[in-house]
Amino acid sequence: MDGLLALYIFMLAAFTGYEIIAKVPVILHTPLMSGSNFIHGVVVVGSMIALGNADTVIEQAIGFFAVALGAANAAGGYVVTERMLGMFKKKEA
Amino acid sequence: MTLPIYVQGAWFAGAALFIFGLKGMSSPASARKGIVIAGYGMLIAIAATFLIPGLKNLALMAVALAVGGAAAWISGQKVKMTDMPQMVAIYNGMGGGAAAAIAAIEFARGDAHSTVTTILAVLGALIGAVSFTGSCVAWAKLQGVLKKAIRLPAQNAVNVLLALNAVGLGAAMVVMAPAQPELILFFFAVSLILGLIVTLPIGGADMPVVISLFNAFTGLAVGFEGYVLGNPALIIAGIVVGAAGTLLTQLMAKAMNRPLSNILFTPLVASGGGEAISGSMKEVGAIDAAAMMRYASKVIIVPGYGMAVAHAQHKVWEMTEILEEAGVEVKFAIHPVAGRMPGHMNVLLAEAGVPYDKIFDLEEINGEFGQADVALIIGANDVVNPSARTDKASPIYGMPILNADQAQNVIVIKRGKGTGYSGVENALFYTDNCRMLYGDAQPMTGEIIQHLKTMG
Repeated sequence: MDGLLALYIFMLAAFTGYEIIAKVPVILHTPLMSGSNFIHGVVVVGSMIALGNADTVIEQAIGFFAVALGAANAAGGYVVTERMLGMFKKKEA
Repeated sequence: MTLPIYVQGAWFAGAALFIFGLKGMSSPASARKGIVIAGYGMLIAIAATFLIPGLKNLALMAVALAVGGAAAWISGQKVKMTDMPQMVAIYNGMGGGAAAAIAAIEFARGDAHSTVTTILAVLGALIGAVSFTGSCVAWAKLQGVLKKAIRLPAQNAVNVLLALNAVGLGAAMVVMAPAQPELILFFFAVSLILGLIVTLPIGGADMPVVISLFNAFTGLAVGFEGYVLGNPALIIAGIVVGAAGTLLTQLMAKAMNRPLSNILFTPLVASGGGEAISGSMKEVGAIDAAAMMRYASKVIIVPGYGMAVAHAQHKVWEMTEILEEAGVEVKFAIHPVAGRMPGHMNVLLAEAGVPYDKIFDLEEINGEFGQADVALIIGANDVVNPSARTDKASPIYGMPILNADQAQNVIVIKRGKGTGYSGVENALFYTDNCRMLYGDAQPMTGEIIQHLKTMG
């Protein structure tokens, strides 16, 4: 990938992450930590690519490990975040 | 490798949905929708990855997805809300481990990469590995598997030495690329041990900040490995989380008045420091406590982790409803570090059915204690200790606290006379307007409810 282009992506993504969190009320910090935890679970996509290109048994073993861990990160992160956020409700008028 | 347009398009859509989702999660009203949107982004990104032409080991991949996904899905459904922090820690550690494993495969293949790519692969591997073992330790501590903080002699020197070692080995991998298998193994071993050793001496009270820090670490590691794989979706998701997590970590550390460097390098000492406290603790019975609140016009409840441990939140909400029925205004005041993570207490109260518009942050409510007739403190301690404002010798001096001492009357429900998590004596308990209600939070709140009911 073009290094300079990636640098721009790094910069804009960092700014985006900072801005989104900066205005969040404390009440949402735990679900948000958990939610951002879920989002880096996208590492599973990288794990799949790595496993998909694996040739030797060792590479396959590490790749399997990577996909399983990544999938656990994504699935677990989603479930606990959804459970927490599902409980937030306003007082019924 | 050029990818078909539908794969790239799906990844692009995934990245966009992640950002939309995260944005949604930043407000209580849209938070639930936010995580669902981000969830769709994930499904699209994963489904598209299967469609990459020429991908091998597809069956193995499906099995790994099913095994990891199902195990985490089930454990996530079962985990109790009080145990949420360690669950987030362990899922986060897995993400870090996955990022490190991706790098391991890249190194093992020994394909020629540019120097920049190799540097980022090494950095991502190092950070991911530290996050992996560190998060496992954090989980073990909060889960109670590891009970004591383990400090090595000359801990800080060992930390620095290990870190330098890991960085040195990483540099060697860049210079000598493609690296020998022995070097790769050695590098990963040192990185994994580093995460372990750095986290072991950190106490339970500081763990939330550490979990948040590792969350940011994993984000960065994912972002770096995303660059190595040439995948912008990984870069964007990883770096967004890295930046957001870093800010969140700073906010938490600030709320605790514990600079990050202190948390990592010096333990919170339960010193006997601080001024001697004069006065005595005065006891009160449940019936008097009930009467004080029943005939108040405004009550502010300050819940702490002790309430959650006693599973008293449902009773507390029942009591609140009775008081409101009787015309008493009731509000909840939450300290930023109440519970085990910022916002953890909000989740626990939400689980009990407390609407979020009754729950107030420190800045929002601190001015109101002066008008409150009763401040009811349940299982909280350090976060209402006025010594933090006045006593320069106190270990918690400077930590922002809830000004519960400014209420007309203070009632403290507490199991015993011991000190709080930090081991510091609480000056509030000795003041004239403070009454102690000794007992377990759940039965004690139940007793108050019984008395309230007889008062009609």
